[in-house]
Amino acid sequence: MFLTYLLRELRRRARQAILIALGLALGIGLVITVTAASSGVKNAQADVLHSLYGVGTDITVTQAPSAGSGGFGPVGFGFNSGTRTRPKAGTKINVNRLTTGQYGPISTASVTSISHLKDVAAATGALTMNDSKISLTIGNFSFNGAGGGGTSGVGGGGVGGRGRFAPDFFSVAGVDLSTGALGPLSSARLSSGRTFTAADATSEVAVVDVNYAKQNKLKVGSVIAIGNSKGKGTNFTVAGLVSTPSGTGSDVYIPLAEAQKLAGAAGKVNTIYVAAANSTDISAVQKEISGLMPKATVTTANSLASQVTGSLSSAASLANRLGRWLAIAVLAAAFALAVLMTMAAVARRVREFGTLKALGWRSRRIVGQVMGEALAIGLVGGVVGVGLGYLGSTLVSRFSSKLTATIGTATGSGTPGGGRVFTPGGFGGGNFGGGGGGQLPRGGFGRLATSPTLTVHLTAPVTISIIGAAVLLAIIGGLIAGGFGSWRAARLRPAAALAAVA
Amino acid sequence: MYKLTNVTKTYSLGRNAVGALQSVNLTISDGEWLAIQGPTGHGKTTLLQMLGALDRPTSGSVEFEGKDLAELREADVGRIRAKSFGFIFQTFNLIPTLSAQENVEAALVPLGVGASERRARAADALGDVGLAERRRHLPSELSGGQQQRVAIARALVKEPAVLLADEPTGNLDEETRDEIIGLLERLWRENELTLVLVTHDSPVARRAQRIGVMRDGKLSVEVLGGRPRG
Repeated sequence: MFLTYLLRELRRRARQAILIALGLALGIGLVITVTAASSGVKNAQADVLHSLYGVGTDITVTQAPSAGSGGFGPVGFGFNSGTRTRPKAGTKINVNRLTTGQYGPISTASVTSISHLKDVAAATGALTMNDSKISLTIGNFSFNGAGGGGTSGVGGGGVGGRGRFAPDFFSVAGVDLSTGALGPLSSARLSSGRTFTAADATSEVAVVDVNYAKQNKLKVGSVIAIGNSKGKGTNFTVAGLVSTPSGTGSDVYIPLAEAQKLAGAAGKVNTIYVAAANSTDISAVQKEISGLMPKATVTTANSLASQVTGSLSSAASLANRLGRWLAIAVLAAAFALAVLMTMAAVARRVREFGTLKALGWRSRRIVGQVMGEALAIGLVGGVVGVGLGYLGSTLVSRFSSKLTATIGTATGSGTPGGGRVFTPGGFGGGNFGGGGGGQLPRGGFGRLATSPTLTVHLTAPVTISIIGAAVLLAIIGGLIAGGFGSWRAARLRPAAALAAVA
Repeated sequence: MYKLTNVTKTYSLGRNAVGALQSVNLTISDGEWLAIQGPTGHGKTTLLQMLGALDRPTSGSVEFEGKDLAELREADVGRIRAKSFGFIFQTFNLIPTLSAQENVEAALVPLGVGASERRARAADALGDVGLAERRRHLPSELSGGQQQRVAIARALVKEPAVLLADEPTGNLDEETRDEIIGLLERLWRENELTLVLVTHDSPVARRAQRIGVMRDGKLSVEVLGGRPRG
């Protein structure tokens, strides 16, 4: 009788039931879409962080270079500036220089000390560097003191002009092969070939990012020349190609010992990756490391996440604030509609309920009937809402444009020899003769710009927990509507109900 | 069966109070047919509601088989209503979404009767009122007289002790009225029911054993020549 009565009643007021169900479906669908989009944004943010610091890293430790050091490892072309001697036309210059970028050196003893801290599960060090390769041929030039002559270069000529000039810049990370799934290579996925083994620790073997390999026509077995602190290249054999979640990370990975040798940085790293024993220990570990290394910058994923700017950050803000409140508002409106319409339906059936009470039906049975009808409508709304939510999240995944995330960099020195930016064709000056222009400061050209901007594609994954939450919302919506309606039905006195005008 | 003592019912309507029943005293015997007559608004339906425990008196007692219905808890009153009272209303009050059979079955639901037994008893009850072939029809597909027959079947399917009918022919034409009253009379006789029938229709009232007249909330009762059951 319960189901028969329920279904017949819903059929009788099908239009009203459909309206309530659709309202609930819209609210629930919006909640699912926004929750899925939020989840997607969080995943994208995690991808961004993972691609920078690797999976499993809770804390990174870096140190600013001392003023004027330009990181460590001198950079230069290997010829003196300040002289009036210029190379002869036709002179070939090949320089492959490795520099350690924005971070200062940290002793590997610090890595060991950190790994022994109480709440630290593991720690590893890495050396992240930039390789700048310049091949050029000094062209014919004339000096007229006014800066004419050559087609490029301040001060007339200099390099460039009719010379061949092919710069190549790529990032290199020296990774500690003994610490397994921690460090810059931990979030990379193998595309072809192999990754490092323990036996590679002192070998001239490299693993290359798949995008960089494609651009530079590298494959497994190719040879890539990696510079050193003296500007000379060392050949490394490509053992494998990897990809990182956001398509970034370093371009080339080599064993740490080899990186230290090339950079002239024995016993040094410039980034320490730390995994806490427990996610609840991260703050405590951060404090301990800061105490151990007062001059270091100790960054957690949370503090890094707050530095993320770009459209990913805007999307996160949009999903979390506007999206969430919009979903709540629509859901509240849907619940209110369900309550009002259920109460109206009960009001229309007052005489019917009075008759049932006269037949001996107890209040709780009538309440159960009303609740059952409201719950059935809520569940239908929930199912349709899940469908709408899937549709919404599919549309988000399919049609959302790529998002960018720019990470704020660690502090580096702003003094000459520190934060210089290379501008190809823009240098010249005294070293090469000619007038005007400027002298290239000792230390040569500086490091690359280092504010990484990553591109991520936003997805909106719908998980079982999101669906479960949606079904729960539907049930709650039904119960709220049924509760209000049945409260009214329960209060009916039979005589008054029977006297009501139908 | 019934003993009403100084039953008073007053309704508060805003600032006014309406005395629907005023010190009504009444005794109804087992198996008796009592008609309640009187002009509209003089308390007939209110008295029937007291007898059927659909409402409680403001003061006085309504004893049914020795129990004061006014003093019982709502749950106990509900149980008595479910088991012992059958109601017939002027507007039939069938559940519009249930078929004739399902409407009759609804009366057996509070008694915890199983589904198959409910179906069987409902079918028999409809047969008794001559509507066996209409059991699957919705109320909207039945005439007024047929709907009232369904209502009678619903009232009697649980074999109540008392049948309380509030203007059962009020919405019917003369021919159907006679049909329904004839049916009620037959069923009263066959089932040895106590029948209390409210009507403003004198010919209908005169078929009863006693007539009670309600006027301004007061009841006076006359015996009609001791009309026997058999």
